[in-house]
Amino acid sequence: MNTTLILFLAFIAITLGITAWASRLSGSSASYFAANRRVSAWQNGVAVAGDYMSAASFLGIAGLIAFFGYDGFMYSVGFLVAYLTVLLVVAEPLRNAGKYTMADVLAYRLHPHPVRAMASLSTITVSTFYMIAQMVGAGALVALLLKGSGISFRVAVSGVGVLMIVYVVFGGMIATTWVQIIKAILLISGTILLSFMVLAHFGFSLGAFFTAVSQVHYHLPDGTEVVKDFLTPGLRYKPPYGALDLLSLGMALIFGTAGLPHILVRFYTVPDAKTARFSVVWAMWLIGIFYILTTFLGWGAATIVGRDFIAKNGGNNMSAPLLANALGGPIFFAFISAIAFATILAVVAGLTISASTSFAHDVWTNIVRRGQEHNPGEERRVARIAAFVVGAISIAIAIVLGPTANVAFLVALAFAVAASANLPVILFSIFWKRFNTAGAVAGLATGLLASIVLIFMGPSIMTVDAPTVAAAARHIIQHAPIFPLENPGILSIPLGFLGAILGTLLSKRDLAGEEKFAELQVRANTGLGAEKAVAH
Amino acid sequence: MPTPPSPDPHTASATASVWNRVAQTDDFKKLLAVKKAFVIPATIFFVLYYFALPISVGYFPAFVQRKVWGPVNIAYLFALSQFIVAWLIAYFYVRAAREFDARAAAVIKDLGNLEAKGN
Repeated sequence: MNTTLILFLAFIAITLGITAWASRLSGSSASYFAANRRVSAWQNGVAVAGDYMSAASFLGIAGLIAFFGYDGFMYSVGFLVAYLTVLLVVAEPLRNAGKYTMADVLAYRLHPHPVRAMASLSTITVSTFYMIAQMVGAGALVALLLKGSGISFRVAVSGVGVLMIVYVVFGGMIATTWVQIIKAILLISGTILLSFMVLAHFGFSLGAFFTAVSQVHYHLPDGTEVVKDFLTPGLRYKPPYGALDLLSLGMALIFGTAGLPHILVRFYTVPDAKTARFSVVWAMWLIGIFYILTTFLGWGAATIVGRDFIAKNGGNNMSAPLLANALGGPIFFAFISAIAFATILAVVAGLTISASTSFAHDVWTNIVRRGQEHNPGEERRVARIAAFVVGAISIAIAIVLGPTANVAFLVALAFAVAASANLPVILFSIFWKRFNTAGAVAGLATGLLASIVLIFMGPSIMTVDAPTVAAAARHIIQHAPIFPLENPGILSIPLGFLGAILGTLLSKRDLAGEEKFAELQVRANTGLGAEKAVAH
Repeated sequence: MPTPPSPDPHTASATASVWNRVAQTDDFKKLLAVKKAFVIPATIFFVLYYFALPISVGYFPAFVQRKVWGPVNIAYLFALSQFIVAWLIAYFYVRAAREFDARAAAVIKDLGNLEAKGN
């Protein structure tokens, strides 16, 4: 049996133990959906970091930096700066005025049914897209990491899916939080260790490291050898649209993070707004250190392993594990691979719980049941069923798409929807008195539609592939892109805001809602009447 | 910190006028004012500082490719500075928020007084 598999199984055993422990504590809605609101600042900070640092970041960003140098690092910068939006604008009012979901804040002074329905649609869309991307990546990765142990893509995807369902269905938010914490600690330690080994390889000389980075050798597909300076921008984002795409990406990142449902729900797990604030600061330290170190992983892989070797051995997503193999041998490879696996599992669990909570709380309890559980524990039961359904659908879609499917655009889509649909309505409901139900529905709908349509008209979906490209990796529509940018943010975010503004101004004033604005402001800013932590 | 009187939000929201009256108190207005005085400039600053990076990288490549220390160029140092600036803003926000918390506690006390007067 190989070492990677043993480490995978150890992680699974520990997390299942936690799930068993948490299942005995998840006896009320506040405990199932919000971990009794007793998570401490550092715990929540680590868990936020865990929820955020997905396999797409760990493997994907390291891979982008290994292949395109500086341009990959642009993602890293945006991922951290984004937390300033969370810290300064969203986290505390959300904690003070909401209960379990993003829609709680929106529904506060607007007509709850249409607003919750749209917000829930947007939440479930973001979470499901993001999850399918993770699952396809997970399956391909696990199958690759466990090559030789006979585990296929289907088995890997089903295994990840079943585990995530078990965590969420039985352990609720308490188990999900602890899975995130363990994973985040493993991921950060692994990254620090690997970066340290990269530096050691260069004799702890930053000068030697950067000199190597400034002259990376590799071969183009046509066989010519090139030497590139990986500290120089422009290897991925090229004219004519590269600069605009960078801007668009930056907008989606720094405005999208504050609208990601699986991040927002984490702020309901802490006792009060002040703890929410300190948890963002904790998260910013961890996320910042992690993303600075991604350059050591990526550039380390580019200089020590080499782009040619990585391309032949699993592609750019394998940069970090292959670097570990080169520096620390098979045991370290197994360790880093197990961390990647833990990362995927934890993130999909976080996504599942935010999607299922939104369905149970927003759609079932507040729309179908008009705000009141008919039977005790009903909301939790619905959430568990929803988690099961969401998980099963994601497994099925990931298996149908297959390991080589081109799904990276789904992550971009999730950020774009979060920034274009969710953030405008969150901001307006907290800060704009005149904002009303029509504005919220119009903003959510415009942002959601604009993001999806622009992504589908863009180069991620519409590209004419060269005849040499394998069938499964081909773009869905073989046509020149109508919208030239990979990321729709630069257009879809203003459209989301415009939709919310026009929807509000073109409809009747909602005097009752405006009357409640004072109440929302007092609550959001003082914590009066906020949901309390559950006592022992 | 003195224990603030804990108003029951449900009885309070039954009389919406209490919320309006809290919103009209000087303490609450001052709380919003000091918050705005920090959050709005800080947000504008970090957004401008952040977008200066993709703009300079995308539109002024010759400038950002200038080497400063061996092979290390302005582009990389500018990107690293984003991390430092983000951490600094977070630090200053946490410091400023101490005052927000103190003012929020005063508002909560006001509400206790309003309710004691029979509203």
